[in-house]
Amino acid sequence: MCTTCGCDDDAKITITNLQTGQEDHMEKSIRNPPHQHSHDHPHHDHGHEHTHDHQHMHDHDHVHHDHDHQHHDHAPQPSAVAAVAGLHAVTVDLERAILDKNDRLAERNRAWFEGREILALNLVSSPGAGKTTLLERTIRDLKDEIEISVIEGDQQTLNDAERIKAAGAPAVQVNTGTGCHLEADMIRRGLDSLRPGFGSLLMIENVGNLVCPALFDLGEHAKVVILSVTEGDDKPLKYPHMFKAAELMIVSKIDLAPHVDFDIDRCEAMAREVNPGIRSIRLSARTGEGLTEWCDWLRTARQRLALAAAQ
Amino acid sequence: MHEMGITQSIVAIVAEQAAGRKVKRVTLEIGKLAAVMPDAIRFCFDVVAQGSALDGAALDIIEVPGRARCLDCGDDVVLVEIFGRCTCGSRSLERLAGEELNIKSMELESL
Repeated sequence: MCTTCGCDDDAKITITNLQTGQEDHMEKSIRNPPHQHSHDHPHHDHGHEHTHDHQHMHDHDHVHHDHDHQHHDHAPQPSAVAAVAGLHAVTVDLERAILDKNDRLAERNRAWFEGREILALNLVSSPGAGKTTLLERTIRDLKDEIEISVIEGDQQTLNDAERIKAAGAPAVQVNTGTGCHLEADMIRRGLDSLRPGFGSLLMIENVGNLVCPALFDLGEHAKVVILSVTEGDDKPLKYPHMFKAAELMIVSKIDLAPHVDFDIDRCEAMAREVNPGIRSIRLSARTGEGLTEWCDWLRTARQRLALAAAQ
Repeated sequence: MHEMGITQSIVAIVAEQAAGRKVKRVTLEIGKLAAVMPDAIRFCFDVVAQGSALDGAALDIIEVPGRARCLDCGDDVVLVEIFGRCTCGSRSLERLAGEELNIKSMELESL
């Protein structure tokens, strides 16, 4: 299931731990959804709720027979749906969110982070906005103060994870193959391999794309959208979903601002039009300008997390 | 064009729930602010459904308009985009509807 770009039915995802060199593969198939247990529970008006305390997720479908108003008060039959449908067409209310599976896994990740007071950030941008460069710089500046680890998402290559490792932080590379965004189960697998410590900072560098990653919750604390001044300053209006979903916008490469027509004030005004609560930080990972503000934002976010956990 | 992948998810979920039975009709609920185009879903549906339990099934899409409440004056605001502004000038809006991306129901064929 690539629930997004219509990539292969059987897309292969590779997760590589740069510390151990271990490679792990995930197969996503829409024909055989992995580890999914679904049970149909036709309603027979027992007057009580079913509760299941198993480890597996169960999806309950409530079958309504819209043609007939008789109650089925008799004992449940194993093939009740089939038996009724044998006589009439039957409408089954599913009421299922299409992205429900990802959302459930994301909530599980979120609980995992909260229990360990880990600040997890989902970094999103177009390709080439400077996500990896910002991470390298952040790691160099903060690694003696905060434990940082990184999950790198790209369609191909280990290049970015190698750069992160060289900067001094443990990294796991998720190669999505033809997939254009990270999903919650890929993060879960990355965490199994990375094992970030209590109170640490986890940076998730999503696949460069301003569209699909907005739809997929990974369980992160916040999305941070990065927009470089070499792009168009009207991107917040062109890709409103991403800017709406982000808590922080970073305007990057501001050392290049004198050479381009990007109007930073105008860009920030448009971002606020889409998302009145969005905060903006202007920085250059190359010159270091604005880095203090970004590091302070990270420190404050960690403190808020620790305070929330203490209450 | 993420609608192709979304459609694959819809077909996978419905086919699984149908448990081998033939599906006659699928009803979806798609909000106008959900970043998913109903026409693109319709375009993909027949192709993706081929050879599955949904082959030949009708597809109904209920489009849900965007609706919000102004957090400053309390007025109802109709949203045509994911963002907007109340007539009072406020941009502090609580979205109430329009982001749905749900499978409402399926109709199974009689034997």
